[in-house]
Amino acid sequence: MTREPRQQDENPAGADLPLDPLPGHSSRGRLERILRRGEFAVTAELNPPDSANAQDVYDRAAVFDGWVDGINAVDASGANCHMSSIGICALLTRMGYAPIMQIACRDRNRIAIQGDVLGAAAMGVANILCLTGDGVQAGDQPGSKPVCDLDSVSLLETIRIMRDEARFLSGRKLTTPPALFLGAAINPFAPPYEFRALHFAKKIAAGAQFVQSQYCFDVPMLKEFMKRVRDMGLHEQCFILIGVGPLASSRSARWIRNNVPGVHIPDAVISRLAGAENEKEEGKRLCIDIINEVKEIEGISGIHVMAYRQEEYVAEIVHESGVLRGRKPWRREPGPDDALVAKRLDHILEAPNEKPVEMVNKAIGHGMAD
Amino acid sequence: MTAPNGQESRRSTTTQATLVHRARARFAYKPADVSPHRRVQRPYAMRLWAVRHARFLEWFYSRFANFFLKLHPLWNAIGYSRAEKPVTFIERQVKGLIFDCRMCGQCILSSTGMSCPMNCPKQLRNGPCGGVRANGNCEVEPDMPCVWVKAWEGAQRMRRGDAILAVQKPVDQSLRETSAWLRVTALAAAERAKIPADQ
Repeated sequence: MTREPRQQDENPAGADLPLDPLPGHSSRGRLERILRRGEFAVTAELNPPDSANAQDVYDRAAVFDGWVDGINAVDASGANCHMSSIGICALLTRMGYAPIMQIACRDRNRIAIQGDVLGAAAMGVANILCLTGDGVQAGDQPGSKPVCDLDSVSLLETIRIMRDEARFLSGRKLTTPPALFLGAAINPFAPPYEFRALHFAKKIAAGAQFVQSQYCFDVPMLKEFMKRVRDMGLHEQCFILIGVGPLASSRSARWIRNNVPGVHIPDAVISRLAGAENEKEEGKRLCIDIINEVKEIEGISGIHVMAYRQEEYVAEIVHESGVLRGRKPWRREPGPDDALVAKRLDHILEAPNEKPVEMVNKAIGHGMAD
Repeated sequence: MTAPNGQESRRSTTTQATLVHRARARFAYKPADVSPHRRVQRPYAMRLWAVRHARFLEWFYSRFANFFLKLHPLWNAIGYSRAEKPVTFIERQVKGLIFDCRMCGQCILSSTGMSCPMNCPKQLRNGPCGGVRANGNCEVEPDMPCVWVKAWEGAQRMRRGDAILAVQKPVDQSLRETSAWLRVTALAAAERAKIPADQ
């Protein structure tokens, strides 16, 4: 095994051991460590496969290797059916990635969600993003029943109660509470604009420790929102990651504007794309320009790159915008039960294979000897 | 966070979403503006009137609550459980007319600018989702003004509009179709009875 250079977030007793909890930290994840240390964080969104093949998830995660601090496992985004976020998280934690599990209230009630939170935390998921979820009309199965038992704010509060008070919403005790870094989503680009900062404050009150925003294509609007956020002092209570992403062409930009709920794309952006010779290249350039503007805004702690179906550009975008400032995010994050799994793997690999036919023959042989 | 689903085919594969979208045109007759949520097919005029007059309704509601509390001996004499049925009927008719009430049984109109949050297709009780259209209409039902955009307008007209900032608990689904008026009155009466007992 090649030994990577020693990093800051490493257990001194061995790189393969899980990290010790730090005082003031609510999770053992590296995303929280990086944000609390004041570094500029980068997260990205994994395109969930429409397959039952684990290799698809590994391949799609591999393009982010060494470029991002957390990988969002989306929960049927846009109400389109894909591999579930908990399934993706199971695979990612197995491979040592640091996933951010998204939970959408649209598909499950509070019984299912609380169970999933415990399961995810047990697998080693350190970050959970609480969402309301897009309406079912936006997706591929518009006839399904939206559950919406909780909303994003009450979901945040539910998980915070589970973590801090070690109990379910019903009051029943948990023997081991989940150690989680709680996230929420914000969209400063949708009405009611004056209420958005207050709504953000409400999410913080309910337990949000970091937020990821909707796609930002309108920086002046974001600046206005951030000014209000700074006036209220919210940026000191919560880490703000701004959503960015490359647009593939002016046509797709128009399509997204008209069909994806909550994405605001100003006309100037579309005309800039339409006027370019290579629209795709220009889309990437635009994304980098926005990142460069965003990272200078006071109170912003990171970016969240959503490059849907263009995931291979994430590394380029992160590299060219220089947001990591030479920092190399971790490739592998050890899980709490890695040692146990390794032991079991040894056992499987070393133990002689038992074949049913041989076992039967052996049993018959014994019988005859008797 | 959303991701576009049927973006121009950079790859030639057609997504499931596109197939469904195409198939939709072939379906049998479907009325316009259907949504998976039961919806009162009524113009939004009364609901919007309630938001415009949020301050008056707030004043009226506080008087009304006191009046109901004064009737506590009467409710007690009849029995709260026996009063439940007729009061629920009246409450449904009155609030249904003014607010398009959905009888969740735990009314928070005074914290939401007199705009009923249960009319939100996602039934959000803590604020708007990120999908509100630029014109202030709903993501799910494009012709309906977002109840939370209206709630914010209403809350600014109200004396105690700050209540919109309180974090609301999840809905207790077992209280659906019961009277919020009687419950609030019973709770207030119990509270009132407790105070002298404490002293």
